[in-house]
Amino acid sequence: MTATATPAPPGPQPRTEPAAPPLRKTPARKRLIPYWLLLPGILWLVVFFAAPLVYQASTSLQTGSLEDGFKVTWHLATYWDALAEYWPQFVRSVAYAAVATVLCLLLGYPLAYLIALKAGRWRNVLMILVIAPFFTSFLIRTLAWKTILADGGPVVGALNALHVLDVTSALGITEGHRVLATPLAVVCGLTYNFLPFMVLPLYTSLERIDPRLHEAAGDLYARPVTTFRRVTFPLSMPGVVAGTLLTFIPAAGDYINAELLGSTDQKMIGNVIQSQFLRVLDYPTAAALSFILMAAILAMVTLYIRKSGTEDLV
Amino acid sequence: MTQTETPESSGGDVRLRGISKTYGSFTAVHPLDLTIPAGSFFALLGASGCGKTTTLRMIAGLEEPTTGTVELAGRDVTALPPYKRQVNTVFQNYALFPHLDIFENVAFGLRRRGIKSVAPQVEEMLDLVELGPMARRKPQQLSGGQQQRVAVARALINHPEVLLLDEPLGALDLKLRRQMQLELKRIQTEVGITFVHVTHDQEEAMTMADTVAVMNGGRVEQLGAPAELYENPATTFVANFLGTSNLIAAEVTEAGGEDLLLAAGGATLRLPARRCRTAARAGGQVLAGVRPEKVALAHADDAGEVPAGHNRLTGRVKDASFIGVSTQYVIDVPGVGELSVYEQNIGRDGRLVPGAETVAHWKPEHTFGLDAGQDISAGADLGEEAA
Repeated sequence: MTATATPAPPGPQPRTEPAAPPLRKTPARKRLIPYWLLLPGILWLVVFFAAPLVYQASTSLQTGSLEDGFKVTWHLATYWDALAEYWPQFVRSVAYAAVATVLCLLLGYPLAYLIALKAGRWRNVLMILVIAPFFTSFLIRTLAWKTILADGGPVVGALNALHVLDVTSALGITEGHRVLATPLAVVCGLTYNFLPFMVLPLYTSLERIDPRLHEAAGDLYARPVTTFRRVTFPLSMPGVVAGTLLTFIPAAGDYINAELLGSTDQKMIGNVIQSQFLRVLDYPTAAALSFILMAAILAMVTLYIRKSGTEDLV
Repeated sequence: MTQTETPESSGGDVRLRGISKTYGSFTAVHPLDLTIPAGSFFALLGASGCGKTTTLRMIAGLEEPTTGTVELAGRDVTALPPYKRQVNTVFQNYALFPHLDIFENVAFGLRRRGIKSVAPQVEEMLDLVELGPMARRKPQQLSGGQQQRVAVARALINHPEVLLLDEPLGALDLKLRRQMQLELKRIQTEVGITFVHVTHDQEEAMTMADTVAVMNGGRVEQLGAPAELYENPATTFVANFLGTSNLIAAEVTEAGGEDLLLAAGGATLRLPARRCRTAARAGGQVLAGVRPEKVALAHADDAGEVPAGHNRLTGRVKDASFIGVSTQYVIDVPGVGELSVYEQNIGRDGRLVPGAETVAHWKPEHTFGLDAGQDISAGADLGEEAA
C-alpha cells in the first residue's frame, strides 16, 4: 500500500499509480480527505463558538461579585430573576424583530422579484445597489439614520406637514412630533439594516425557478396573479424562509439600532445584555440572558421551519 | 358516419396567416401561411434554430408574432394571452410543477378554470397514461418517461382544441422514445385532438405525423405526408434532412417527352418529367436524386443481368459496412462522385468488396429531379445529427 500518514499536500497531485489494479479499498489518505477539509472550520467553531459557549454557560451559573470573585454555584435562580426582571425587553425584541422582518419581506420580495425576473440587463447593477450598503460600516449607516430622522430634518418636517405623525402617535409608535427615540425609528433602522439579508436569499430562490414553469402555468389557464400565487410564491418559499431567518435572528439580538435611534423606552434585550456585561458588570445575569435569548430564538426558529415545511421544496 | 361529436370537441383547425417573428435584426420565422386541419397529427420538423419552436410558441401565445394572425377553430386569437387560449402545451423537459404532486399537476388546469370536483377526471386521465398509482408522488420521484406522461396528461385533461408538443421526447433514451411515439400516436387517435408536434428527429416525425412540415431557416421547405416527402422531396434540404439522398449533378440532354434524359459521368439517366421539381430544358442543369435503398448493385461480371431500362452507373466499391439488416456501400463513380447504396442482406454478393468494379442501377421512376441552383449538401449534416 502507498498510504502514508502525512496529509495530502495542497495543490493538484499527480496521479502516481495509473496502471495499478483497481483497489478494493479506498486508500486511507483518500478516505481522510473530507476530514482534512473540515478541520479548519471545526477548529474555528471550537475556538470561537463552542469554547465561549461553555465559558458563558459556566458564567451564567456563577455567583459572587467583581471584588470577591465569581464561583460556580449552580445558582439557576439567576435565570428566573433575569427573566422576571427583563421580560418586557424580551417581548419588545421579538416584536420589533418580527415587525422589521415582515417589513423587510414586504419591501424585499417585490425588489427581489423585479431583479430576478424583470430587470434583464439591469440585474447586476441592481444587485450591486442592494449590496452597496455593506461597503460602509453598520454603525455609520445607523448614525446616518439618526440624521435622516432628526427632529428638525426634512423627513420629520414632511411627516408633520402631512399629519402622518399625528396618526402614528395616536397608534403609539411615535411620540409627539418626533420620530427619533420612538419604536418607529428603531424598527425603521432594523428594517433598513437587515433588508439585504432578506433580498439576497429571495433573489436566489426566485432566480432559480425555471421560467418555463411560469409559461406552463399561463398555458394551463392561470392568470398572472394566479401564477404568482400558485407557482412562483410557493417555489420561492426556501428563499422566504431563509430570508426571514437571516433577518429575524440578528434583528432580535441587535442593540445598535435601539441604542442609536431609540430611548430608554425602546431598549431591546441586546441593550440589556450589553449593559449588564459592560456597565453593571453582572456577568452571570448577562450570560443567563444570552442563553435565554438563544434558547428562545432556537425554539421559535424550529417551530417556524416545521410550520413552513420547506424540506419538501428542495 | 357514426361520429356525433361537434367539431369543437374533436379539435379545431389552426390557421396561421402571414405569421412571422423577428428579434431585432434576426428573423426567426419568415411570413408563414399554414393550415393545420382539425384532428390531424401535424409535425414541424427541422434542425435547431429553424423557427419550429417559435412557430409553436406563437400558436400557444407564449410569443407574440411580429406580423400575421393565429386562428383557432375559426377565431382570431392573436391578441389573446396564453391563459385565454384553448391550447395546451407539453413542454420540452415537461415543466412539471415541482411543489405539487402528480394529481395536483394534472388537476392544475381544471382548478384554474374553476372546476370543483376534479378527482374523477384526473383519475381517468392518470389511468389513460397508466400512472394511477403514482398520483401522490412528486414529479422528481418519477422517471423521465413517467414525467413525460404526466406532462401529456396535464395538458390533455383540459380537452384543448390543439395540443402542442415541443420536443416532448427529446430527453428520453432511444428505446423509451420509440415506445412513447407509439403511445402518443395511440392517445391522439383515441382523443381525436389536433396535435402539433415540434421535433428535430425525422424518424419521429415520420412515425407519428399525418402531415409533416419541414422547416429550414425560418421557412417551410415542404409540406406533405411523410411518404410523399420522403419519396418526392422538393428541395435538396428535404432530400438530405429526411433520410439520405444521392444527388447527382446532371445535364439535361433531352426534354419534352415523358422522361427527361440526363447526362452524368458519361452515363445517361432517365428521370420521369413529372418527378422533376424544376423546369428542365435541353442543355440545362438539374440535380438527379435517388434514395440509397432504391439502388441495387451488380458485380461488373454480371453487368449483363441488369434489367433493361434501369438507370445505371458504373464505379468501384470504396467502402462496405455490414450493419445487420443491410449492408451500406459507398460506390465511387468517376465523373459523378460517391454514391451511397443500402442493400438488404438477402443473398449478399461476396464479390462486392472494396475495390471491386460494380454497376449501380435503379428504376427510372425512383429518380427525382431538383433545381440545380441549390446547395447540393443543404441539410446533410443536420439530418445525420438528428437521426
